[in-house]
Amino acid sequence: MDLSSINPILLVASIMVSATPILLAAIGEMVVEKSGVLNLGVEGMMITGAVVGFAVAVNSTSPAAGFLAAAVAGALLSLAFGVLTQFLLSNQVATGLGLTLVGLGMSSLIGKPYEGMKSPTLPKLDIPLLSDLPVVGRMLFSHDLMVYLSLVLVALVWAFLKYTRAGLILRAVGESHDSAHALGYKVVRIRLIAILFGGACAGLGGAYLSLVRVPQWTEGMTAGAGWIALAIVVFASWRAGRVAIGAYLFGGVTVLQLNLQAAGADVPVALLSASPYLVTIIVLVIISALGAHGAPASLGRPFHASS
Amino acid sequence: MIRLEKRPQPSRLWTILAPILAVLLTMFVGGLLFAALGANPFEAIRTIFWDPIFNAQFASFTRPQLLVKAAPLILIAIGLSIGFRAGIWNIGAEGQYIMGAICGAAAGLALYPSESVLIFPAMVIAGAFGGWVWAMIPAILKTRVGTNEILVSLMLVYVAETILGSVATGLLRNPEGRGFPGSRNFKQWDAAHNAEIFAGTGMHWGVVFAFIAVIGAYVLLTRHILGYNIRLTGEAPRAARFSGVRPARIVLICLGLSGLLAGMAGLFEVTGPAGQISIDFNSGYGFTAIIVAFLGRLNPIGILLAGLLMALTYIGGELAQLMLGVPGASIQLFQGMLLFFLLGVDVFTNYRLRIGRREIA
Amino acid sequence: MIANDDVSFDIGRGEIHALLGENGAGKSTLVKMIYGLVAPDKGEMQLDGARYAPTKPSEARRAGIAMVFQHFSLFDALNVAENVALGMETPPPMSDLARQIREVSETYGLPLDPGRTVGTLSAGERQRVEIIRCLLQNPRLLIMDEPTSVLTPQEVEILFETLRKLKAEGTSILYISHKLEEIRTLCDNATILRLGKKVDTCIPSQSSARQMAEMMVGSSFATPEARGGTAGEVLLAVRDLHLPAPGAFGTPLRGISFEVRAGEVLGIGGVAGNGQDELLSALSGERAAPAGSIMLDGKDISRAGPVARRGMGVLSGPEERLGHAAAPDMSLIENGVLTAARSEGMLTRGFISWTKARTFAEEVIAHFDVRTPSPGTAARALSGGNLQKFVVGREILQSPQVLVLNQPTWGVDAAAAAFIRQSVLDLAAKGAAVVVISQDLDELMEVSDRFGALNEGRLSQTPPVASLNIEQIGLMMGGAHDMEVAHVDV
Repeated sequence: MDLSSINPILLVASIMVSATPILLAAIGEMVVEKSGVLNLGVEGMMITGAVVGFAVAVNSTSPAAGFLAAAVAGALLSLAFGVLTQFLLSNQVATGLGLTLVGLGMSSLIGKPYEGMKSPTLPKLDIPLLSDLPVVGRMLFSHDLMVYLSLVLVALVWAFLKYTRAGLILRAVGESHDSAHALGYKVVRIRLIAILFGGACAGLGGAYLSLVRVPQWTEGMTAGAGWIALAIVVFASWRAGRVAIGAYLFGGVTVLQLNLQAAGADVPVALLSASPYLVTIIVLVIISALGAHGAPASLGRPFHASS
Repeated sequence: MIRLEKRPQPSRLWTILAPILAVLLTMFVGGLLFAALGANPFEAIRTIFWDPIFNAQFASFTRPQLLVKAAPLILIAIGLSIGFRAGIWNIGAEGQYIMGAICGAAAGLALYPSESVLIFPAMVIAGAFGGWVWAMIPAILKTRVGTNEILVSLMLVYVAETILGSVATGLLRNPEGRGFPGSRNFKQWDAAHNAEIFAGTGMHWGVVFAFIAVIGAYVLLTRHILGYNIRLTGEAPRAARFSGVRPARIVLICLGLSGLLAGMAGLFEVTGPAGQISIDFNSGYGFTAIIVAFLGRLNPIGILLAGLLMALTYIGGELAQLMLGVPGASIQLFQGMLLFFLLGVDVFTNYRLRIGRREIA
Repeated sequence: MIANDDVSFDIGRGEIHALLGENGAGKSTLVKMIYGLVAPDKGEMQLDGARYAPTKPSEARRAGIAMVFQHFSLFDALNVAENVALGMETPPPMSDLARQIREVSETYGLPLDPGRTVGTLSAGERQRVEIIRCLLQNPRLLIMDEPTSVLTPQEVEILFETLRKLKAEGTSILYISHKLEEIRTLCDNATILRLGKKVDTCIPSQSSARQMAEMMVGSSFATPEARGGTAGEVLLAVRDLHLPAPGAFGTPLRGISFEVRAGEVLGIGGVAGNGQDELLSALSGERAAPAGSIMLDGKDISRAGPVARRGMGVLSGPEERLGHAAAPDMSLIENGVLTAARSEGMLTRGFISWTKARTFAEEVIAHFDVRTPSPGTAARALSGGNLQKFVVGREILQSPQVLVLNQPTWGVDAAAAAFIRQSVLDLAAKGAAVVVISQDLDELMEVSDRFGALNEGRLSQTPPVASLNIEQIGLMMGGAHDMEVAHVDV
């Protein structure tokens, strides 16, 4: 095994790239769950975002338009989930699963003509001074815009939940929808907005996969990233900062196992390819064993105002 | 103003009506979809729902396929539905299905080329065991440390897929296969072949076990205290504990049972219709079975019917692909839509629409 | 000040007006209309002479109306200041708010730390959060929905002081309750509701509790008869029972000891959230207790689960009817199986005889006068009182040796409550040992032979009821031995 072939600068740089799609999806889902809704359809919204973003970027030759379209597509799909669970009071677990199945089917339908194509991708930003720094310049400061936007988004979500009144109301709805309703807050409306935000974030994450990370469209390309995003929210105990840590951790595992495979490490390839999933399980086990909870008290419970 | 009012108890009429209405809505919207894809919607719907059974030309080929496709769906969905009844969300049946196939096939291949009549039963047991073990991982993690079974069982699907890829090209590869990936073909080894019991019907051992599972689940849920406890756990977990039900035991039983059945389904598939362990041996039955379970209202009889219907959309979808050039992926979307519409229509089982103002209590 | 078509009444400035009625009399709906949660069909309300028709609670709050809820308005995982902010229209920044909370809490003698997580507060402290939330908005009308159901007698006194002080400052108060003595002490006027209609008005200080009760219920009903049986051998003995809290916001049990004899009713009082649920779970077997802490007839049953305990004749009825004592979506037949499957011989090798299950459900329905269309009706379709009669009847019909009930008449109409209490007394008369856990002191005084109170998971002594007066009971509920009761300087 030749570990010297792994360049630490490139490693960190590619961890940031590989963490970004999961981070986007996870921060969106965290907001959804903070409002008391469990949307298991992240995978479906991500892959829809991936295919729509790719298709629009190819046709418009504008990656920005691709990202925008992906966010809209993710939000639209999440709207279906929102209508079913919030107005028609369907089971959130079943509906979320259904959303994933619909998303997978729809994406392969839309994506067929785009297989094997190349899309325009986001340019790397050249930040004056910072990008020219030795080592850290290439490691941290020569990425595309979305890498930084995703981190800014985490900071915004954190500040929103902690300091704003709207954030307080969102948390309150997630803690006890009955109390929030009694005080006159529009539980369903607030949750729908959160669901839409989550859908848009998942769509962006998917588009980042197909437009930057890979960058290509292949069927089923999210390969469980949406589910890992869900696991990261649990891992993070519903805190924005920890979501970022979790996403970078999993990005790290993914990149590292690819690097190890490439370096011909003395570990079975199957074990390496399965490692992101195994690590997810192990982390979930550790988190639940520690009992570090903090799940919103109304998470996954249906709300009907008349009672 | 339109609003929903909770019914004092679930409507029996809507319990039956909801899936039918969902199918009709799916046909309608699916028709629009096919029209948008450039196919004649009426022809497409007829090709999917009618031709596989009644078309004079090829129904004799497609009809047996109905049982072949329905058997694994029903077998898996029955197991899942029992867990869903208890509020235990095993959504990793696909992984348990793969592991059942691998374990069963490995057990058989270890004894190759014996022609003992015990080979096939031993493989069935090994297959069931493989699925059971894979499901016990989330079960034990849930009961011991409280880990969420949804995420763990799902992550294990991806792990199972990498194991499948590894054994298909390594451990279980056919030594006489000139280096091609994939195991020996069970169709060419009588002792291990899950052949049709009556030629031309599609009826293999998996179908028999699916029927047994339907009857067993029905008796369990309606007549036995264990089934009662499972339902109670799902409907009112605190009441179940008050009644004396141990939640951990229910988790182990439900996940174990669904893993067992999924593992068996995998074994019947690998030794029968699929014929060998290969990289892409799995075809998403484990996920489609979730739709089947819900479409069948988590009721064994309903699942039997829903499984047949879903099998029909598979076969009809292939036909439509062949005859009308409809993309194969549209069938997956079609199935997903069916679940969506059902979940939406289902609201009327527990609520009724009221137009007008609220009464004052 | 406020009028309504069906129900009309006025509240003057600086008046404490009582709204009196049984459960289901329409008090809550009326209040929800005033608070803008429900729109009235017809009729109108006036505030200070101007038409008042709030479409949402924020409008009501802006108009100067504040409400202290009975349930459902606090957020356990948030802190006091955040909870207060959520109930205000335009809250100041958090740091200012914390200061204001301290100021108000000092002025009105309601000590409260703005940084505490609400889930860790006692019931009385939680109510303070709600009251302070209202006071910070300088309301013109304060609505209080059953405020004393969660308080000890001493805490009730403090609350009344606060309310009188508000009244003196010119705030009007709409006070909702079904407790007659309280209303007689506190309120200036009373409106009595029955089945959504106003049936009468009175001046509480000039009416007797009996008169008001009859107006409220509409007829007189039999009060349970006291009985003079003698207690037998000790059946249930609990010795130094310790059990950790079941969840983040539960109460641990700290060294609970008591004995109940055959033919005796032990009443356990205390403010909600002081270990009532936890004690029931420990006695029913839902949570195993440390060996040697629960003895039946001298035999250790601490480690036995609910099924084993039922086999030995120890039955129980939890507080929460829907979801704990009964499964809401299951039929009464199925809910009979929930606890009676084995004792009533419904099982053969695990298979349920639905014929026997139906017969049993029908017996419960007949003996306990459960009003239901059929035994096949879902539990949630029944009214609270009827379901409670079914749940209590289900246990009593199995002829328990020991019966433990938590809040057996909570939210139940007066006639059903009287019936349930009588059934409990009859059961004891037949030689069973009964433990009744309740927050309704009147009920406990009526049925118990001996009385003890839970406070923060500790149980007081359990002296005979006849030897106690209200002050002593209040001190027991407040955990007087080692706990200081909150004082107020007004």
